[in-house]
Amino acid sequence: MVKIEFLGPIGKDSVEMEADTLADVSAQLKADNSLIQWLDKCAVAVNDTMVNDLSTVLKDGDKISILPPVCGG
Amino acid sequence: MELYTGPLDTKEIFGRWLDAQAESNYGAYIPFVGTIRAEDGIEALSFDIYEPVLQKWFDTWQEKAAALGAVVKMAHSIGDVPVHTSSYVSAVFSPKRRVALELIDVFVEDFKANAPIWKYDVRDGKRIYAADRSTPMEGSGLLS
Repeated sequence: MVKIEFLGPIGKDSVEMEADTLADVSAQLKADNSLIQWLDKCAVAVNDTMVNDLSTVLKDGDKISILPPVCGG
Repeated sequence: MELYTGPLDTKEIFGRWLDAQAESNYGAYIPFVGTIRAEDGIEALSFDIYEPVLQKWFDTWQEKAAALGAVVKMAHSIGDVPVHTSSYVSAVFSPKRRVALELIDVFVEDFKANAPIWKYDVRDGKRIYAADRSTPMEGSGLLS
């Protein structure tokens, strides 16, 4: 199982799922209607490191963070 | 990197940073202050931060600065920050002014684009995500 955390304004509780790669995570999150407005503008971190490859391999216990558009300062 | 709940005590922070480098032989110290402007009827801005990724982002900038013989500093607020107070300060120290002037520019701009911080307007005590002023981080849309 991996854990998905939705940060900032997404306002959604964490979920756990079976996933071998980020592509698996993508397929499951795209089926969630509450995320339709977010996924195309969110970045992704695995265990707090930013990633940019859907083939990223996941292991049991990994933490995947979904980061919506930012505005610090 | 320093994170505080509520507005920043800018004079204390800048003074402490300056004192800490007093004997470091840097010829330039360039501070930047971000102040909450009163506009669109807001009472305050409010901020969420994801510290683990912010720390890594900042560590990378410290390495970039060190390669130029410089030091970058930053502090940011978490939670509500009233208008006319400060939510963000940063600074660069460098041996000569040109490095610091250029570094504060690219550092602050990258901060706006890629630091994992979310901003909300506060009106009538309610937080409203500042969606129209927010920027997707590098690599956004990966899962879509």
